[in-house]
Amino acid sequence: MIIIVDYGMGNIHSVQKALEALGAKTIVSNKPADIAAADKIVLPGVGAFDDAILELEKQGLIDPLKDYIRQDKPFLGICLGMQILFEASEEAALKKGLGIFKGKVKKFIPGPKLKVPHMGWNQLKARSSPLLKGVGDGEFVYFCHSYYPDPAEKDIVIATTDYGCDFASIVGRGNIFGVQFHPEKSQETGLKILKNFIAL
Amino acid sequence: MLTKRIIPCLDIKEGRVVKGVKFLGLRDAGDPVEVAQAYDRQKADELVFLDITASFENRKTLIALVAKIAANIYMPFTVGGGIRDIGDIRDLLNAGADKVSINTAGIKFPGLISDAARKFGSQCIVVAIDAKRQTDKWEVFINGGRTATGQDAVEWAKEVARLGAGEILLTSMDYDGTKDGYDLALTKSISESVSIPVIASGGAGKLEDFYNCFSQTKADACLAASIFHYQEFTVGQVKEYLKEREVAVRI
Repeated sequence: MIIIVDYGMGNIHSVQKALEALGAKTIVSNKPADIAAADKIVLPGVGAFDDAILELEKQGLIDPLKDYIRQDKPFLGICLGMQILFEASEEAALKKGLGIFKGKVKKFIPGPKLKVPHMGWNQLKARSSPLLKGVGDGEFVYFCHSYYPDPAEKDIVIATTDYGCDFASIVGRGNIFGVQFHPEKSQETGLKILKNFIAL
Repeated sequence: MLTKRIIPCLDIKEGRVVKGVKFLGLRDAGDPVEVAQAYDRQKADELVFLDITASFENRKTLIALVAKIAANIYMPFTVGGGIRDIGDIRDLLNAGADKVSINTAGIKFPGLISDAARKFGSQCIVVAIDAKRQTDKWEVFINGGRTATGQDAVEWAKEVARLGAGEILLTSMDYDGTKDGYDLALTKSISESVSIPVIASGGAGKLEDFYNCFSQTKADACLAASIFHYQEFTVGQVKEYLKEREVAVRI
């Protein structure tokens, strides 16, 4: 059973429908007990970093999520749901991140050659990972973001994407993964990644 | 490398695709979900749905439709038409739209753009600009092109970027429906004035039109409607043509 954490930060239905189309059973929940009992967790999220942490705090989900992650059970953070795994963000004025991964989330600096947000289909340069089984080097996924993670520990970088710099577009350690792009919106390639997550 | 996007646009009225879509192999060419799936198979990069009725009673139909589209396609899509306030934006995003497109309400209440960007993130707030040539500049029109605003389009584009819009959907009223190609002067002018992505719209009729737009302006995406709906070209054919001419596209 996959728990999709609904903490009030944007649409969770797309990811739920994609997982179900791939044959997974899902429950949308914001209950600490469900998180504690989950086999797999997906943490989506769009919006602002501070708001996401505030919502998680308000709903008493920070400790259950940290406990779950500590057990190295399969976890997938998507977009903002990945960014909040880091220690801090340049976007955030008030809140710290969960600190699961060391490093912080930075803003793309717009320039004559760099439009921000980074919006559209871009490529993955990846090392091998169970999350990327069947995904070839250079496959395209859909991005839509103004901030990107800058991990302090380079060994957690599973894939990078070139946008002004080579930023970490997939991070992970053990069974804990985070992706900056939207697999649920990335057609075939995205569905392969979700399928691999289901199979973990 | 970030690729240039090709975006089919669908006009929606009372939950149905209008202005005719003639796809072979569709059971019901008026069903937005079937049409969206056909474009998904063609590897369109995104879709835009414009609700052209946008009446109050119609909102519920639209929200239900957005949820149905989101449940059936695995690609990003934008919904526009009749958005008046934060509540409208929240409803569409919660139903599964990836982005919303604001037009008239953005001119009337520019604060809506900044509020929405702060609340939901710039990446999901698109501002649509309908522009028409007036001697030495372009003027912004609202209410589906019926009302002149006196606002300069280039200045308005800069302003919406400053307010926090994540993208501009730029339609040339002079070129829309002509099939004479995109308005390169307008698109160049706006895409060089802002550092957010710009989608060019209005005028696509031939394969060269897409190439000219990407090679002569800083547009990030080209939107088209009839050229795809009437199967003059598939999205794939446009992309193959662009790839042969070294425009970065996702095949």
